[in-house]
Amino acid sequence: MSERTIIRSGESATTTTAGALPLRVRSRWTRILLSRDAVMFYALIAVVVYAYTQVPYFASTQTVGFLLLDVIPILLIAMPMALVIITGEIDLSVASTVGLTSAVMGVLFQAGVPIGLVLVLCLLLGTFLGAFNGFLVTTLGLPSLAVTIGTLALYRGFALVVIGDNAVANFPQELTRFSTSKLGDTGIPVVMLLVLVVALFFGVLLHFTPFGRALFALGFNKEAAAFVGIRVGRAKFWLFVSTGLVSSLAGIFWTLRYSSARSDNATGIELAVIAAVLLGGVSIFGGKGSIPGVIIGVLLIGTINYTLRLARFSDVVLSIVTGALLIASVVAPSIAEWARGRLHARRTTRLELQKAAAQ
Amino acid sequence: MKLIHTPAPRGTRSGRRIATIAALATTVALVATGCAAATPGDDAGSEGDGATEALTIAFLPKQLNNPYTDVVLSGGKAGTDEIGGEYSVVGPLEASASSQVSFINTLTQQGTKVIVIAANDPDAVGPALEEARAAGAKIVAFDSDTNPDYRDVFISQVVSKDVALIQVEQIAEQIGGSGEIAILSATANATNQNEWIKFIEEELASNPDYADITLVAKVYGDDDDAKSFQEAQGLLSAYPNLKGIISPTTVGIAATARYLSTTDYKGKVALVGLGLPNEMREFVKDGTVKEFALWDPAQLGYVAAFAGQALVDGTITGAVGDTFMAGELGEKEVGEGGIVIVGPPTRFNADNIDDYDF
Repeated sequence: MSERTIIRSGESATTTTAGALPLRVRSRWTRILLSRDAVMFYALIAVVVYAYTQVPYFASTQTVGFLLLDVIPILLIAMPMALVIITGEIDLSVASTVGLTSAVMGVLFQAGVPIGLVLVLCLLLGTFLGAFNGFLVTTLGLPSLAVTIGTLALYRGFALVVIGDNAVANFPQELTRFSTSKLGDTGIPVVMLLVLVVALFFGVLLHFTPFGRALFALGFNKEAAAFVGIRVGRAKFWLFVSTGLVSSLAGIFWTLRYSSARSDNATGIELAVIAAVLLGGVSIFGGKGSIPGVIIGVLLIGTINYTLRLARFSDVVLSIVTGALLIASVVAPSIAEWARGRLHARRTTRLELQKAAAQ
Repeated sequence: MKLIHTPAPRGTRSGRRIATIAALATTVALVATGCAAATPGDDAGSEGDGATEALTIAFLPKQLNNPYTDVVLSGGKAGTDEIGGEYSVVGPLEASASSQVSFINTLTQQGTKVIVIAANDPDAVGPALEEARAAGAKIVAFDSDTNPDYRDVFISQVVSKDVALIQVEQIAEQIGGSGEIAILSATANATNQNEWIKFIEEELASNPDYADITLVAKVYGDDDDAKSFQEAQGLLSAYPNLKGIISPTTVGIAATARYLSTTDYKGKVALVGLGLPNEMREFVKDGTVKEFALWDPAQLGYVAAFAGQALVDGTITGAVGDTFMAGELGEKEVGEGGIVIVGPPTRFNADNIDDYDF
């Protein structure tokens, strides 16, 4: 590895001094156009174009509406989840937070609490549930994997205690209709505006603030990050609070969209969220990832699933494809890295030979 | 938020990142508007499809890969074939409340004429079904009803009360009219299960013949084989005096029978409920189960297909008193609340079980 680095620095030195040699140095734009995010984006475009031309009924505004409504909860939760995973932690309790929020929302509303207050209480609940995770992980220093597996079961259990076997369905019609309403004739759900705000918030936070940049450092090396003055614990605590809060927001949306508050709402979507985040280029080891990448990851999985369903493939095929895609997205960068290494080695050998011949 | 003491240094990378994000954001926006701009193409796409004239009947069961569902669907296929319609099945792998909505959406988009659904949750599928109806689909609920606002007719196995009563009758016969019993159901939210359980409880409370029978527990196996097996095991350890179990679900009764057959409780703890003859045959023959009940589930799907055709034809609208012909099962009538009853339940025991193959 170190050998390769040395060769590479030597190589660029040659380029600057003797520019006549046919060496490719990528410009900023080619680098952007070949980045992982961009490649994912091409894949998304390819899927959309293929479905648009080949899959009956895909070319319709209904597709936009149904597809986006399906991915909204995942898209929402994926935003804070990306930040959590970038710092090298994980939050598996998000789906249970959605379920518990839904259950509490149903029970409070049935008890006659005004709906506005119910929504506020639900968001507070999510914040609290996230803070509890954050407390266990940062203050007590427990591994987030273990903590959130625990709260995954705990919060779902609470949901069952709160609402039991019942379902509450009589939410105000204006709200349930609003949750599925579209922006004019575009087919885009109105709720996407809220998602956009959430995405912008986390995008700006991660990429354009010192706090966000510190998260990458934190994910790379916790000790080093602490050494340069990043308050590791506090940063992580707030990230868990944000996953809790956004999950409760997703819980409110879920309840209104399906107009049904139940304890088993959103069971298992934590895996869909994490799959989309990883597919979107966030490294499970931390330190790497971007919000645009994650958005594309969520949309890619969502579009592929929707297309397969429209083409009448069964759910079995859907889960196989999603799994294969995830594996491929994890393996592909390693293969690319290996191939690049080989190319470099070959090119430098040729270069040495040319040099030797010239002398 | 003052989280950082020293701001991270800004390098040239930041410029590149801004450019990346800007480029991606623009293109995402372009794609989104590109999709949206496709509206005029809609009609051309669906009209070009020659299959639009066929009577498309799509079945959406609670979950796929469930033996009971397979039998119901076989009847649905037979009915659709007789009508000359185009049969299809879609459905989730897990019987959860919201999982059916995406399938309803895709069926709506495909312009399906008849959607036959067994609802996992009577309300969660509502908005999606309304949208399907607005697009011209007829909605036939079967097996487990939706909220009546969202469907045209409901094809019911038998009168719910009859199903409940036959199970109470069977358990009373088998435990000699007194003792502790328990119920092992499917999911806690299943519409049909809960209705039967309600009737079972009412009958136990009101009929003097059953005064000595106490219902000690209700547990839920979620129509999952392993979970039902564990729940059965749990019941017997928690209630040592248990004399009988009612399991009004095919998955539950089969799992419970399998547990009983391997233990000392075999033949001592009575097991009744709703089972499939093919799954229960060995347990009836080895003495674990004396008698259980079920209607012929295939008839449900069969009648549902004919009801769908009648709705599309305009023969019926789902109003009380409407009648339609359901192939070899003859004339069926729409009753109160838009409910169509298929037939009475059958008792299966060692004498007749070999006559049935489903």
